[in-house]
Amino acid sequence: MSERAKSMLNHRLFWPVAVLVVMLVANTVYRPGFLSIEVNNGHLYGTPIDILRLSAPLILVALGMTLVISTGGIDLSVGSTCAISGAIACLYISRAPDQNNLVTVFTALAMALGVALALGAWNGVLVSVIGIQPIIATLILMVAGRGLAQLVTEGQIITINSGPFRAIGLGHFLTLPLAIFIALGAALLIAGLTRRTALGMIVESVGGNREASRLAGIRSARIVFLVYVVSAACAAIAGFMMTANVSSADGNNTGLWVELDAILAVVIGGTSLAGGRFYLSGTILGALIIQTLTTTVYAMNISPQTALLFKAVVVIAVCLIQAPAFRAKFSRRGRGTPPPPTPSPQRQKEEVPA
Amino acid sequence: MTSTSLTTGPSWARLPRRHVPVLVTLALLLVMYGIGVSQYRAFSNIQVIFNVFIDNGFLLVVAVGMTFVILTGGIDLSVGSVVAMTAMVSAWLLQSGLPTLLVLVIALLIGPTLGFLMGCAIHFFDLQPFIVTLAGMFFARGMCTFISDASIPITDGFWTTMSQYRIGDPRGNFVSASVLIAFAVVLVAAYVLAYTRLGRNVYAIGGNPQSALLMGLPVARTRIAVYTISGLCSAIGGILLSFYTLSGAPLIAVGMELDVIAAVVIGGTVLTGGSGYIFGTVLGVLVLGVIQTLITFDGGLSSWWTKIVIGGLLFAFILFQRLIGIRYK
Amino acid sequence: MTDSRPVLTMTGISKSFPGVRALHNVDFRLFPGEVHALMGENGAGKSTLIKVLTGVYGIDAGTITLSGEQVAFSGPMQASAAGVSTVYQEVNLCPNLSVAENIFIGREPRRFGAVHWGEVRRRARQLLARLDLDIDVTAPVASYSLAVQQMVAIARAIDVQAQVLILDEPTSSLDAGEVAQLFRIMRQLRDEGIAILFVTHFLDQVYGIADRITVLRNGTLVGEYPTAELPQLALVEKMIGKELDVLEGIEEHSRRDLAALEDGTPFVEVSQLSRKGAVAPFSLTIHAGEVVGLAGLLGSGRTEVARLFFGADRADRGEVAVSGKPAGLRNPVQAIERGIGFCSENRRAEGIIPDLSVRENMILAMQASRGWLRPIPRRRQDELVEQYIKALSIRPANPDVPVRNLSGGNQQKVLLARWLITEPRLLILDEPTRGIDVGAKAEIQKLVAQLSDGGMAVLFISAELEEVLRLSHKVAVMRDREMVAQLSNDDTVDADRVMQTIASGTPREEATR
Repeated sequence: MSERAKSMLNHRLFWPVAVLVVMLVANTVYRPGFLSIEVNNGHLYGTPIDILRLSAPLILVALGMTLVISTGGIDLSVGSTCAISGAIACLYISRAPDQNNLVTVFTALAMALGVALALGAWNGVLVSVIGIQPIIATLILMVAGRGLAQLVTEGQIITINSGPFRAIGLGHFLTLPLAIFIALGAALLIAGLTRRTALGMIVESVGGNREASRLAGIRSARIVFLVYVVSAACAAIAGFMMTANVSSADGNNTGLWVELDAILAVVIGGTSLAGGRFYLSGTILGALIIQTLTTTVYAMNISPQTALLFKAVVVIAVCLIQAPAFRAKFSRRGRGTPPPPTPSPQRQKEEVPA
Repeated sequence: MTSTSLTTGPSWARLPRRHVPVLVTLALLLVMYGIGVSQYRAFSNIQVIFNVFIDNGFLLVVAVGMTFVILTGGIDLSVGSVVAMTAMVSAWLLQSGLPTLLVLVIALLIGPTLGFLMGCAIHFFDLQPFIVTLAGMFFARGMCTFISDASIPITDGFWTTMSQYRIGDPRGNFVSASVLIAFAVVLVAAYVLAYTRLGRNVYAIGGNPQSALLMGLPVARTRIAVYTISGLCSAIGGILLSFYTLSGAPLIAVGMELDVIAAVVIGGTVLTGGSGYIFGTVLGVLVLGVIQTLITFDGGLSSWWTKIVIGGLLFAFILFQRLIGIRYK
Repeated sequence: MTDSRPVLTMTGISKSFPGVRALHNVDFRLFPGEVHALMGENGAGKSTLIKVLTGVYGIDAGTITLSGEQVAFSGPMQASAAGVSTVYQEVNLCPNLSVAENIFIGREPRRFGAVHWGEVRRRARQLLARLDLDIDVTAPVASYSLAVQQMVAIARAIDVQAQVLILDEPTSSLDAGEVAQLFRIMRQLRDEGIAILFVTHFLDQVYGIADRITVLRNGTLVGEYPTAELPQLALVEKMIGKELDVLEGIEEHSRRDLAALEDGTPFVEVSQLSRKGAVAPFSLTIHAGEVVGLAGLLGSGRTEVARLFFGADRADRGEVAVSGKPAGLRNPVQAIERGIGFCSENRRAEGIIPDLSVRENMILAMQASRGWLRPIPRRRQDELVEQYIKALSIRPANPDVPVRNLSGGNQQKVLLARWLITEPRLLILDEPTRGIDVGAKAEIQKLVAQLSDGGMAVLFISAELEEVLRLSHKVAVMRDREMVAQLSNDDTVDADRVMQTIASGTPREEATR
């Protein structure tokens, strides 16, 4: 195998891209019209566009989740946050005299976003101030949040008829669905905030070693707090999209299991669940893979629940491919990083416990 | 420094600490029951308690399995789906006319097999339990709808007998067969955890897996075993659920893993592993059951309050565990 | 002692890892009833030899004979069943389980298949009584001190009718009294005929207990010697294999005139600073260009003093003035703002960020003090990183390698660079030379001398007295979490005087300041 092929195989985005390409090719073979896009009414339509549009909420949630996971945490409450923020927005709009009023819609969005930020702050306090394990701290809101969402909707499905709100999920802009731009905007914003400033490195540093970061002068607790708030904000916007897609809020089902898909997308994208380095581009690819899979299964007329079977296979396959233990068993190739030309690697081994 | 000065404080000060969470849960349960009795006359009927057990027998069995997993510091998200899959497979096989005994054996084998495979993946490839059991959850739920999109009724004689079987006193109070099975599972599990090497190894791994390995304990075998046990408990839970509903439905027990984890935590088992008791888990399940009963008795409260209260209790208990410092890692 | 037949013989042992020869044709013998010290620098192959012996690693060549029979263990479990038990540096017990259970887990006495708890407790008490340890065997092991935990680990090891007991740096976290207790037990076990393989970095401990010494260097056997016939200096030479002249030249550093340095306002002045349970009230001043050494045994409060200076822990009471102005050092951020840097002794837990690159690890502290909104421009990063990689001769000289791939000494240098980049006015170095090889050690010592010449104040902590004396202008002596003396490092002060102070706790009035 040539060096270039090797380094390509070892690139962290190689496998996600390969999986996505294989799925697209398989789809095209199965259904030749799969990749075709047509213009209708000044808007673009077609399966690829649908995949992009439908993956927008997942991308949003997964972006926030990437930051949380990078600090070594996890946020199980995003699904509940989606439901709560969607419910609050719909509730406010449904009670307004003019549901199409822009001011009404923006007030609703601001209120719902505010509540979501408070929920994120709650998670952040539990993890960074009280020091509860993230998986447990956010489990609380995952359980109670569903109840809160139903409390908001009073167990009903709130249906609204608001053009501006509906546009968040189904509107178009420059021939493409608006949702794509919102997700793209969020991705660029987060990428800019983390990679154009030092925030990304600081988040990775906190995830890599929290105490060492604190002693280097980083306010670790603040960073940890911040990522949960960001995650909740992303979830809230995703919640708007989900409810806007169907013009109704269902406290029970909005964003159900989206946290699992989001975690999955992050892991497929190459960010380790143990924290440290994070890869936003990988996460977006991961979300696209998951949505393509779902769309494929729909297209094949298989029930959406059965799609879970395929998802299970993808999860295990991706995790195994990325697991060092698995790689070590099946290949002798390095792991992306160049081996250190240190004089004595053995010395490291000896000194590590010091 | 002499040897005696190396010892720490008196034994009464630290010994009960491990038992404190369980005692608090017990106190909470008694208080809730007291509230119920004082507010609603019918609550004092002994059958109310029995009904809690009847309605939550399968939850109890699954929670017992989850206790094993959490004691090692792991987590099993697949339990709800495995329960559903077991019920579904039984219903499907019975419908297609297989003999009852064979169906039971097959149904009871699927869960542990999946658990075994997940345990192997977690141990040998060093994957996170969270992700592996998530895949297991997807797989099992997918299998349910793969078998059938609609619920399959069970008409088998054994199932209907078990469903209607009642053990009661002359005054009309009774428990179902499921409750007895659940109790049997609880007793066996408590014995295994307290008196067998497997059980002790579970605690050791939860305390410090590296130490356990260097002490020469069979870490691989134990870790795989707990996921297998959890799978078996989920399978038994699935059978009990199918006794209760006399059907296999693809979307039953969705989100059950959360209730189960909540019950185990409220029962005093520490989520980082190494500390907890089966008895606590029983109490945790009872707390959930009594909450549901209380909310049912109070006509004015909506069902979603159950979730909010469970979330609140989870918070209170986790905070409490932090405060008394039960955290060895 | 050596007249009987060896209980354990290892002959011609070789072991390679990809790219490294860890052991090459090493012989080792162990006789019943002896304490045998295995000595060597980091990387000499001590750990590998032990792991090969206990079956953690297989061997490429050679034979291992135990009691006359050739063996090849598949792992620690099988080794301990055959009578070769190991107690590791970091106590390997399960903190949540009781003392008794920790001793017997994996081989609990059983009755009808069930663990016989009464028997477990009875035998645990019996075993601990043999070690003269009277503790509650039903309490969780986490409720006892490290020393007791170490004894429990030994109790576990000897219960399996051990013929060979391997103690891998068991004393590194014990204080003097605890070491004495451990030695008493080791002597007792030796007299019972158990062969003890003892690994330690403390030379005086070797001479205090070992009957014979085997020295390894770079994976090869240097030799086996009766302790009485190998003077300390000879041992050190055999271990490091080169003369100690690398350290010459630093010697004169500390002899400079202290009075000249102590003119004017001190850079930091703390008075009656204390933290409950960590360190008793102490006062200390540090001037620009001054190296203040902190001497004392492990656990005497050295690290605690350093952490208070840096705000890593919060002081309960006392005052701090920086450059003459009152300053609260309540957290690291405030300390860094005032020009203080801190290299922790615990490099892995409190120092490096393993996943991040050398570059990122180096600029971390500077970036943190600038705030995340003002990233350091890439060109400036390159300049700084290149400069320090060169100045500290960090290898590999590639700034984009994850720092976890570097050796301990190089990781330490990266951490030094992290703080030097912030141009601190006071640098606190807690055991900067621990666990790194002699060459890197000398380089770091030289660097400290240079920094102080350049006007930086340094608070230098080391377990090695020689090192402290070589570098410091002033030595503060810690004992039992109390600062008992501050000695001006002039001709009257030598290692003996400091050791006496540590041992006796000289009253303050005898100190020079």
